[in-house]
Amino acid sequence: MQRRAVFNNRILPYFLLLPQLVITIVFFFWPASQAIYQSVLKQDPFGLRTTFVYLDNFQTVLSDPLYIESFQVTIVFSVLVTLFVMSLALLFAVMADRQIRGAQTYKTLLLWPYALAPAVAAVLWMFIFHPSIGVFGKAINSTGIKWDYQLNGAQALLLVVVASSWKQIAHNFLFFLAGLQSVPPAVIEAAMIDGASAWKLFRSVLFPLLSPTTFYLITINLVFSFFDTFGVIHALTHGGPGRSTTTLMYKVYMDGYVNLNLGLSAAQSVILMIIVSVLVWFQFRFVEGKVHYT
Amino acid sequence: MIPKQFRNFPVHLILIVAVIVFAFPVYFAFIGSTWDASTIGRGQMPLTPGPNLVENYTNSLTSARGGRIIGNPVQALLWNSLMMAVAIAVGKIFISILSAYAVAFFKFPLRMFFFAMIFLTLMLPIEVRIAPTYKVMSDLGLINTFAGLTIPLMASATGTLLFRQFFLTIPDEYVEAAKIDGAGPLRFFWSIALPLSRTNIAALFVILFIYGWNQYLWPLLVTTSRDMETIVIGIVKMMGSGEAQTDWNIIMSSTVLALLPPVLVVVLMQQWFVRGLVQTEK
Repeated sequence: MQRRAVFNNRILPYFLLLPQLVITIVFFFWPASQAIYQSVLKQDPFGLRTTFVYLDNFQTVLSDPLYIESFQVTIVFSVLVTLFVMSLALLFAVMADRQIRGAQTYKTLLLWPYALAPAVAAVLWMFIFHPSIGVFGKAINSTGIKWDYQLNGAQALLLVVVASSWKQIAHNFLFFLAGLQSVPPAVIEAAMIDGASAWKLFRSVLFPLLSPTTFYLITINLVFSFFDTFGVIHALTHGGPGRSTTTLMYKVYMDGYVNLNLGLSAAQSVILMIIVSVLVWFQFRFVEGKVHYT
Repeated sequence: MIPKQFRNFPVHLILIVAVIVFAFPVYFAFIGSTWDASTIGRGQMPLTPGPNLVENYTNSLTSARGGRIIGNPVQALLWNSLMMAVAIAVGKIFISILSAYAVAFFKFPLRMFFFAMIFLTLMLPIEVRIAPTYKVMSDLGLINTFAGLTIPLMASATGTLLFRQFFLTIPDEYVEAAKIDGAGPLRFFWSIALPLSRTNIAALFVILFIYGWNQYLWPLLVTTSRDMETIVIGIVKMMGSGEAQTDWNIIMSSTVLALLPPVLVVVLMQQWFVRGLVQTEK
């Protein structure tokens, strides 16, 4: 799209674009190409010599059982977070969309967790679910169930899912609420006149009309669980116990910064780039065009 | 028939439960910040506030040292986070409003090519390219500098897209009228486009402030010096591996101090926040 009335100036637009272009090239295109370049190189243990190894790094990464394991952890984790966040956010949004007293207050009181850093969410949840000093951790232990997320991998994963979801629900709630409020009242009135029950109204009218929002949020939540939850995992479990909460992002960090294997870490970064690009492309290509818009 | 005032009862019930579940982690953090370390360490923290509130918050703000932890004074950490968040928000608004103005109001060779270049940054969040970006930073000698901490986080297209979208809604008549009155492109930007963008700038500022304040992985890698530590990193470091016998009172008072600024921004500027969130993402 281009407007009709434009200014004629040969040099000025380039000057206006310059700051953003410089930052984009230096901190985006250069590193991204470096990642691709490094992912086909191998460094000797002393960092003195690098050799070109074709796709060896990718082969090493993809055939590494530890990598496959963290792939599985990431999938389980992301699916749980996405399901958990979206179902609760949708429930709250449908409730808060009703014309009830205090709707605006409820909205504010459900929105603020968005402001929290994932790592801060992790600190808060650790404090309540700590096995020996946490209010809930102690309560669970006193019922006879052995609760200790520092020893039990499944419990660690559960706690990471809960802390991440808690922070993310507010975001999804806002988008579902915006989606619901853009449904024309006439559509709802027509359904009511036809005698639709509240459930029927939701199932056959509101939910289909929300489908663009729903698909958009699936992408957003997957990207959130892949990357933004790094803070939760780093603060709460350090990827453990064992590797039960080591997601792909956490593994990139471990291999690149803690174990200093740049080639392998770069190959993992490139794999992550491909995954995200496919997700975003899928979002643009299929979802934007084919889902029902209001 | 149920009387009208009770028909909404289940709705209120669900929402109230949701509000409580959302709030209780923060409630317990607050309670933890009002007791002493040994009460919490013995696992005997009551569910109501204790007597040590003033002492804990004073300690956090001025030294953040306890029997077990040696933290950074939280007032310094808060200052670092504030600087980082404001720099990211202002910097990104500045570069993106200029580039959006160029793309929307000028015709020039390679216009769409440059726009596509900026647009591509949407595809990869900084976390994905973090290892190579770190490499570039160390080549440029930007590790442990304020520029290194903030500038890479400005490389994203969201602001540019938002402003471009808005600039395209400014009627052509405005531009023509300005031209007849002899105003050049810079004058038009300063006197018309910029003032009209006020609400968009405010909305974007709120979103970017939260984004900047909550950064974790990037500051963790780029700042190793204690002087540059942000509040979020500082708290996680204080907590360590989360043993029972640590100064939970200080960790919790620091946590409450850390979450207050962004929560206040979201609550007090809710209108702009909602607008910014929905617009930058859609």
